[in-house]
Amino acid sequence: MIPQLLAQLFKKPFTNKHPRKYIPSSSTTFFKDVQNGKETMNPPVKTPERFRGKIVYEKEKCIGCRLCLKVCPSQAIVFKEEEKKIKIYLARCTFCAQCNDICPVHCLQMSDEFLLADTEKYSPRLTVE
Amino acid sequence: MTTISRTTYQIPIGPIHPALKEPVNFTFEIDGEKIINVDIRLGHVHRSIEWAGTKRNFIQVLYLAERICGICSYCHPMSLALAVERTAHIDVPERAEYLRVVHSELERIASHILWVGVAAHEIGFDSVLFLTWQVREMVLDLIEYLTGNRITKGITMIGGVRRDLTAEMVPRILETLQQLKKQVQRLHRVMLDDSTIQMRCRNCGVLTKEDALKLCAVGPTARASGVRKDVRLDQPYFAFGDLDFEYTTPDVLTGEVHGDVYDRIIVRLLEIQQSIDLIEQSLDRLPAGDIVAESKLPALLASLKKVTGEGIGRMEAPRGEVFHYVRLTAAESPYCWKVRAPTYNNILPWIPMLLGQQIADIPIIAASIDPCMSCTNRVTLVEDNQPSLVDRETLHQLSLEKTRRLRL
Repeated sequence: MIPQLLAQLFKKPFTNKHPRKYIPSSSTTFFKDVQNGKETMNPPVKTPERFRGKIVYEKEKCIGCRLCLKVCPSQAIVFKEEEKKIKIYLARCTFCAQCNDICPVHCLQMSDEFLLADTEKYSPRLTVE
Repeated sequence: MTTISRTTYQIPIGPIHPALKEPVNFTFEIDGEKIINVDIRLGHVHRSIEWAGTKRNFIQVLYLAERICGICSYCHPMSLALAVERTAHIDVPERAEYLRVVHSELERIASHILWVGVAAHEIGFDSVLFLTWQVREMVLDLIEYLTGNRITKGITMIGGVRRDLTAEMVPRILETLQQLKKQVQRLHRVMLDDSTIQMRCRNCGVLTKEDALKLCAVGPTARASGVRKDVRLDQPYFAFGDLDFEYTTPDVLTGEVHGDVYDRIIVRLLEIQQSIDLIEQSLDRLPAGDIVAESKLPALLASLKKVTGEGIGRMEAPRGEVFHYVRLTAAESPYCWKVRAPTYNNILPWIPMLLGQQIADIPIIAASIDPCMSCTNRVTLVEDNQPSLVDRETLHQLSLEKTRRLRL
């Protein structure tokens, strides 16, 4: 145990320093700078193949069968009557991918996107339609 | 002659206390340093999950069951699925049975390694806590690789599992298991050869075999007291009937049973090795075939809508036997759903464990049964602040009062 603890002092930390090694003085300006290409962000750890992230919805394929509404455990999906299409609120989504499994035309897929923090739960970034 | 008056005093610990990870309230009667009486109160994290379950269809309930507990996020939905399968007479394909074993043992490894770390932390070995975290990370990475997520696996489906294990995944699993074996050997050395851990845990929090049987202790807590009790062997479910393994009691390693905290550490460490072995065995024997009985989910929901009856699902969760009861009345959602988590049985054994011990031993003894309060809290008293314990005298008094009211 002790040799390992001593060796640990000289090793690189296991933690991935995402998005940056040290906290920037202002995170808002930091992310703005990243967007403008002035700063670089440490990339997050790569997600595995079967990871369940933000849902991708292919609207044209959807036939409006409402089966996904039936199985969604958190009732994150609403049906738009006039369009016969669905709308998914990711703030409620539990990322179980049950809607992907039941969809008869496979218009729903899980992507690897997981950085979904937002200050507004109905923001366009958190709604899929 | 002077008389010495012996006085005891009470120490409340919890519901919110740094030594206890989850809310539970102990009231200790203390004489000096010695505990002479314990009163335990539960009911601080009741969430009405069972009621919410009766408002959802069977696929939705699986995800609700997954959220009963974060660490047992596989055994709760799975025993619910077992209960529903038994009621609806669904035959699970053989491949799914073996895959269910793999996932259930992975959950056990993750849970036990976490427990070893927490136990070490409770007696002041924080470097061991971080060592176990390093080992647990390997298991979680493997779980993520197999199911897609680390904790809420979402792998359960009524009649099978949701995701298959392909041939190219097997080498990585075996490789991780090999590394894990080495790391667990190291954990063995760190935990069991250390004289401080022995001094703190030997003969501390003893639960005798008689008490364990009388108080219906389950899981590693019961096995550490020498009770040969394991649902996987007593009433084999999944593919456990085909696999080769034995009851894990501390005498396998040391030749004697003390029933103390040290024995509970031994049992859990041995069970990690046993689980690694079980995963290897089931990967060896993994048959080809379907992974789910009914792959069309609308058809599954429609068939469950016609079922009437009741059934139970039992599983050996990492902490002991978990028990789910469902009643189906040809409706979209279950008419009744009842959960009995393993910690519920292990609450009463706390009392003989804690009696006669010192105050400083409370955290490690409380942690030694691996309590999970979120799993356990299934009933709560609605009339708060008023303890509604009704003893015989009060009942008699109530009865007299009623007679008096009738006379008027």
